[in-house]
Amino acid sequence: MSSQAAGAADVARPGIVGARVQRREDPRLLTGRGAYVDDRKADGTVHVAFCRSDRAHARIARIDTAEARQAPGVLGVFTAGDIDAVARPIRATSNMPDYRATELEPLARTKVRYVGEPVVAVVAENRYLAEDAAGLVSVDYDPLPGVTDPESALEDRALLHDEAGTNIIAAREFARGDVDGAMADAAIIVEDRFRIRRKTPSAIENRTCLAEFEAGRQALTLHASTQVPGLLRDALAEIFDLPGRRLRVVAPDVGGGFGAKASLYPEEVVVCALTMRLGRPVKWTSDRMEDLTATTQAFDEIVRAKLALEPDGRIVALDADVIGDVGAYSIYPWTASLEPVQVVSFLPGPYRVQNYRGRVRAVATSKAPMGPYRGVGRPISTFVMERLVDMAARRLAMDPAELRARNLVRDDEFPYKSGSGIVWDRSGFQECLSSALDRFGYAQRRTEQAAARNEGRLVGIGIASYAELTGIGSRISAAPGMPINTGTERATIEIDSTGAVTAAFGIASHGQGLETTLAQIVAEELGVRVEDVEIIHGDSAAVPHSTGTYASRSTVLAGGAATLSARALRKQAIEAASYILEAADTDIEMRDGIISVAGTDSSITLRELARAFYSEMRRIPKEARESLELSASATYDPFFGTTTGATHVAEVEIDPQTFGVTVRNYVVAEDCGRIVNPMIVDGQVHGGVAQGIGAALYEEVIHDENGQILTGSFVDYVVPSAAEIPDMAVIHLETESPSTLGGYRGMGEGGTIGAPAAIANAVADALSACNAQINELPITPDRLFRLIRDVEPREGESKNET
Amino acid sequence: MERIGITLTVNGAAYERSVEPRRLLSDFLRDDLRLTGTHVGCEHGVCGACTVLLDGDSVRSCLTFAVQCDGASVRTVEGLGEIGALDPLQESFRKHHALQCGFCTPGMLMTAMDLLAKYPLSTDDEIREGLSGNLCRCTGYVNIVNAIREAAGARGTDKA
Ligand code: FES
Ligand code: FES
Repeated sequence: MSSQAAGAADVARPGIVGARVQRREDPRLLTGRGAYVDDRKADGTVHVAFCRSDRAHARIARIDTAEARQAPGVLGVFTAGDIDAVARPIRATSNMPDYRATELEPLARTKVRYVGEPVVAVVAENRYLAEDAAGLVSVDYDPLPGVTDPESALEDRALLHDEAGTNIIAAREFARGDVDGAMADAAIIVEDRFRIRRKTPSAIENRTCLAEFEAGRQALTLHASTQVPGLLRDALAEIFDLPGRRLRVVAPDVGGGFGAKASLYPEEVVVCALTMRLGRPVKWTSDRMEDLTATTQAFDEIVRAKLALEPDGRIVALDADVIGDVGAYSIYPWTASLEPVQVVSFLPGPYRVQNYRGRVRAVATSKAPMGPYRGVGRPISTFVMERLVDMAARRLAMDPAELRARNLVRDDEFPYKSGSGIVWDRSGFQECLSSALDRFGYAQRRTEQAAARNEGRLVGIGIASYAELTGIGSRISAAPGMPINTGTERATIEIDSTGAVTAAFGIASHGQGLETTLAQIVAEELGVRVEDVEIIHGDSAAVPHSTGTYASRSTVLAGGAATLSARALRKQAIEAASYILEAADTDIEMRDGIISVAGTDSSITLRELARAFYSEMRRIPKEARESLELSASATYDPFFGTTTGATHVAEVEIDPQTFGVTVRNYVVAEDCGRIVNPMIVDGQVHGGVAQGIGAALYEEVIHDENGQILTGSFVDYVVPSAAEIPDMAVIHLETESPSTLGGYRGMGEGGTIGAPAAIANAVADALSACNAQINELPITPDRLFRLIRDVEPREGESKNET
Repeated sequence: MERIGITLTVNGAAYERSVEPRRLLSDFLRDDLRLTGTHVGCEHGVCGACTVLLDGDSVRSCLTFAVQCDGASVRTVEGLGEIGALDPLQESFRKHHALQCGFCTPGMLMTAMDLLAKYPLSTDDEIREGLSGNLCRCTGYVNIVNAIREAAGARGTDKA
């Protein structure tokens, strides 16, 4: 790994923020002492196994549970009616016009709409027995016509949700300028139909939940492998009509999420309903097949897009039509519009596009619901736009790097309002491009590429530039028209009577190392050592309101709340200390947990201050002890959010025998604002790029024409291993964000946004001699073989064979 | 269901238990012995999260029955270092930020222990090949390779 700071902030920044602080999470996770949900064993825990639909679209005719009820260790077998006696259905609403809410019942009642949908819950003394008994349940189905292919589903010949009256459950259009006029006058137009196939986030920890009901307090606690404990608490409070104080959702150590654990799931509702009914703790641990079939999926879109340019390479217009295959239901709270609407919102990218039209339709099909997955929509918008830019460069016989430089928004143009109305604050778009190319050794590698080509090798270089909005505040909804607030986060920091500092947040770290980075921010702003700060997170009881960790928001929002509350606490601590040190507030400083009078050796420790404040009643006057507090809370709302931009450059080689693609070199230059911990930022970029390489080359959820899923194991759904992912160089440009407190930008998703496009462009470049169109991801060996064969039919082979 | 008596050593401690023949080693370790450091990510032998050492060789505990371990010696992540006294490999993982969510980590560590004991690991390709049976969704493997490279270098020259 290699990384370096560059740009304006190249000078070493003193202090805790910006340092490579080792993660405090690591010792417990490295020694097997972590506490993931499945590690938790409550006394008397019973286990649920679900019988899931094996049909894509069918009416439930009969459910026979008699035999299962008699099986050893079984406590009960439950169907829809048992759950909805205590729980209301899940309904993701939106104020967006043309949106049709679809009701999601925790257990299917009359109809099933995808393979993997839960139908019956079997509870037994342990997981083995629950699964044995689940195998004895029989469900008869009356088949209904398939709604599998998204383009045919648009025609509404068969409806998935009769009450919606159409399969198009969300639609939207963005327009600016005169697209048709500009297209008519343009010198060149490039266009294609692009497709990115369905993915699934595949966190290595499967989803798990454990519900416990305390009869005495009538209180429900759910431990869940979730990114959004506060959001779940609020939703479950509605579903079960319980006050929040008697409903607590805890996300302990969580084994990755990537968006898969950011929605409310039927299984979570079911375990809560069943623990109340049975009076025993109820646990569900997903297996991998359930994860690959019933966890929210992503990135399934067809995009027809056209880009018009002047002869000098200036982009004049962009026109796109997007069909998002959103699966069977709108997930709570994000709705089915989340992913496909982002595609049209972000399609113009970091470029000046005066005339833009983007239309999107979200079409329901009988597949697992589409949900958030790292990058949300932007991996697709970037893939499409960056392919178009490369296709245009080829038509203009211009270097693709040069064409980008001519169209990327320049430093003097910020803030810039994009074609879809998104405003980019100041960010280093041009600098990301030039830094990435420098680091890659672009000119030199082009020369080497030419030499390799002369030897007949298929070597290609691909560039991708993009921009995204991160850390978004209350002015912008995380998903269109969603009626919940995702724009704020809260922090409470306290100094207790022993002098210990505890900072509580509602966000939920699940690999991002937020226990470390938030401690860094608190330590720096408060004036204590990083090891003195305890971080509480992932617990709905920690703060009155929070939604959680998703959408590259936690450093910006929780970091902002940490900054505000730490500053307020510092002020009060100094004021309290002023009575003991007998000095004016303005002369007192606090550093490394020592409060001292500047220029003197008069000082006290935080522990001494706490003792004086809480216990030694005579040292600080009564009035001051009543008016001051050694605790502070604050809420931060970035209002709009901020821009994060990057350029990725990839070099690939295609094996002409196997049609496998090897990624040889990879460089990322990204502007993530002020960096809290460069080690963690590097790690986020590496992991994001690896998932983007997976999306580009390997990962594909495959359904047959009847909607049967064919990728139910890690043998069939190919997640890349260490052998497929290259080393990579990461360059950080620290252009501090002008729009957020502390200058932070979110950067958890970017790797996945840039990589599919960079790889696609590199593969297309490798194949430039044979004019094969790379317009579909993933580029599996099979797809590549067919593509090359169809472009250059060899003797004795038909061109149209599939 | 019928149960079978087994005797085995786990991290140096002797255990005598009776288990169903179908009980997986992973469930035996996690539920019966409460050694929850060993994780399961797929239960079908692909992800490697459940890797433990069985008589010195790495095995997938999700594909091993507990009864197969009668008389054997098992080592899990709990048998490496401890908080405050990490094993050099664990230290290297920490130093290089080779873990994020930590879920794949116990399996990565046990696989790496096996690789470090048996192979020169003189190139990154060899390390990556050795790790190709362990999936990590968080780190992109870059820092895991860095950590193992350093641990391999620190072994001394006897195994190279
Ligand atoms: S859990 Fe054993 S290999 Fe995945
Ligand atoms: S650290 Fe999360 S899966 Fe490897």
